[in-house]
Amino acid sequence: MQSILKTNGFDVLRHVQKLAMGNAQKFRVFARRRTVAAIWLIVIGLLVLMSVAAPLAAPHDPYKPDFKKVTVGPNTDNLFGTDFLGRDQVSRIVYGGRTSLFIGFVSVFLGIGIGSLWGMVSGYLGGKFDLVSQRILEILMAIPGLILAMLLMFILGASVWTLIVAIAFTRLAFGARVIRAVSLSVREMAYVEAARSIGAPTWRVMAFHVAPQTFAPFLVLVTTNIGIAILIEASLGFIGLGIAPPTPTWGSMLGEAASNLEPFWWLVFFPGLFITIAVLAFNLAGDGLQDVLDPRSRGTLG
Amino acid sequence: MTIKESRPEVTAGATGTTPLLDVRNLKVHFPVSTGALFGRTTGYIKAVDDVSLSVKSGETLGLVGESGSGKTTFGRAVLRLLEPTAGQVFFDGEELTSLSNKEMRQRRRHLGMVFQDPYGSLNPRMTAGGIIGEPLKIHKLFSGKEDYRQQVGDLLELVGLSRTMADRYPHEFSGGQRQRIGVARALAGKPQFIVLDEPVSALDVSIQAQLINLLQDLQEEFNLAFLFIAHDLSVVRHISDRIAVMYLGKLVEISNYKDLYDNPLHPYTQALLSAVPLPDRALERKRERIILKGDIPSPRNPPSGCVFHTRCPMAVEECKTIVPTMREIAPGHQAACIRL
Repeated sequence: MQSILKTNGFDVLRHVQKLAMGNAQKFRVFARRRTVAAIWLIVIGLLVLMSVAAPLAAPHDPYKPDFKKVTVGPNTDNLFGTDFLGRDQVSRIVYGGRTSLFIGFVSVFLGIGIGSLWGMVSGYLGGKFDLVSQRILEILMAIPGLILAMLLMFILGASVWTLIVAIAFTRLAFGARVIRAVSLSVREMAYVEAARSIGAPTWRVMAFHVAPQTFAPFLVLVTTNIGIAILIEASLGFIGLGIAPPTPTWGSMLGEAASNLEPFWWLVFFPGLFITIAVLAFNLAGDGLQDVLDPRSRGTLG
Repeated sequence: MTIKESRPEVTAGATGTTPLLDVRNLKVHFPVSTGALFGRTTGYIKAVDDVSLSVKSGETLGLVGESGSGKTTFGRAVLRLLEPTAGQVFFDGEELTSLSNKEMRQRRRHLGMVFQDPYGSLNPRMTAGGIIGEPLKIHKLFSGKEDYRQQVGDLLELVGLSRTMADRYPHEFSGGQRQRIGVARALAGKPQFIVLDEPVSALDVSIQAQLINLLQDLQEEFNLAFLFIAHDLSVVRHISDRIAVMYLGKLVEISNYKDLYDNPLHPYTQALLSAVPLPDRALERKRERIILKGDIPSPRNPPSGCVFHTRCPMAVEECKTIVPTMREIAPGHQAACIRL
């Protein structure tokens, strides 16, 4: 990284190119060994692209009501139909994906990230700290994620950031437990003792000798948990505890449709379809990554 | 490659100067407990029990014993990689066992360790240069990037590797080369004392000789003191000035290497030596082997009196009750046996 910062613009370009080529090569290997997972990884890529480029991808303004065409079924102008205010469903799904994916990514990186750090420290240090940490995490895990998130939303109030914090909180224990187990096994490696033998302080042993070994399981955890986070966000949105309207999210779109006297099928089907695709994509891509990064475990993550 | 025989004769007992490393009554007991949370300690495994010995500057002390005798635990406890239960370790006149963790970390610059497993002891995600340079970074032993690279290169060349190998990862090296990297890491802080925990037992015989020659050259160049832990007696004989024998956590005999091989006193040492194959077939056939019966007893429940009495060919009734202490039987030659 240092060399990148110190070189001139041309070198930076070459570095980026090399990095991209290296990753393309890795992806080709991945695609050959786990074709299904690779396809879902591409789906994730498309969803992310759609969200990032939402202003370009959306054909209409997602917030602009059009009372001349309220609850119109799918047609050439509104591919997925319109809702009760005549807003275009395609545009709302594109913008909704932006919110849902953003919340999913940020909450998981926050929750799994902090959880992993906690688990790594807890596993490496052991002793009383580990014992107490484990009991706290067990209490957290005993409460179902959705209920925990609902509780936190009640306490914190509804906004994008409180939603992110609430979902992150439910992910904490999952990150901590998996990474703790990795940390426990790495702690016993001879090179960890070797690092101690040359006088490395504890933080250094953890940062340079334990943390790098947890990267692969961390990546798998993040990928699979984003799917779950999107589902929690959608569930909260569905019951009206998510982000306040008019900001669209997939879950709140479903909720609005279901709360109406007559739920029109296109208002239920399309947001539901996108939630399903996103959750499936993250889960299956995560499973594939798990298989490739750790050939010993052939199982799936819960 | 042959193993060099040239080595200054060190007569055991000829001290006068204070030893570089002085271990007094070191004990490492592991508690055995039942249950995970509210477990009661039901007993102790006495991995190292009341061991005292010293190592002089520039000297190699060989430490031998069969599996489970506590020799590796002893090596770790001396460097406080394992906290000793009791006893004292003095290094260069300073008591290591009373230092705080932070002070101990600073002292580690002068203490090295080479591990048995050349594969497990190097972090697979670090380059050879990164591994060797880590002690330099921890103890801030370089001035500037250029000096750092220079020192890492010098260390690589010191152990017989090329300085261009600094950017390679451990998996790109052979077992012998990896062990050289481990030696370079131990040397980076310019230590005076290195614990070698079976450094050659995972290597081919031909590579073993190379590494031993390297260690001897380095010892001569930097006046290093070694604690050489091994179970291969022929290797120990070649490198050691003095040899200590452990059995079930206890020291049973310590002496000048020559006396120990020519005139072993303790019955356990005699049995151990009789297991070494001799290159001369006539001699090998003529020699009487002492075969010990059974396995080493569990250190959780060691035999009473002399811990060796259950397998000792010379044991008498008193051995079951009297705990033998180390006594000087001949000048510089100590053993723990009441029958001597």
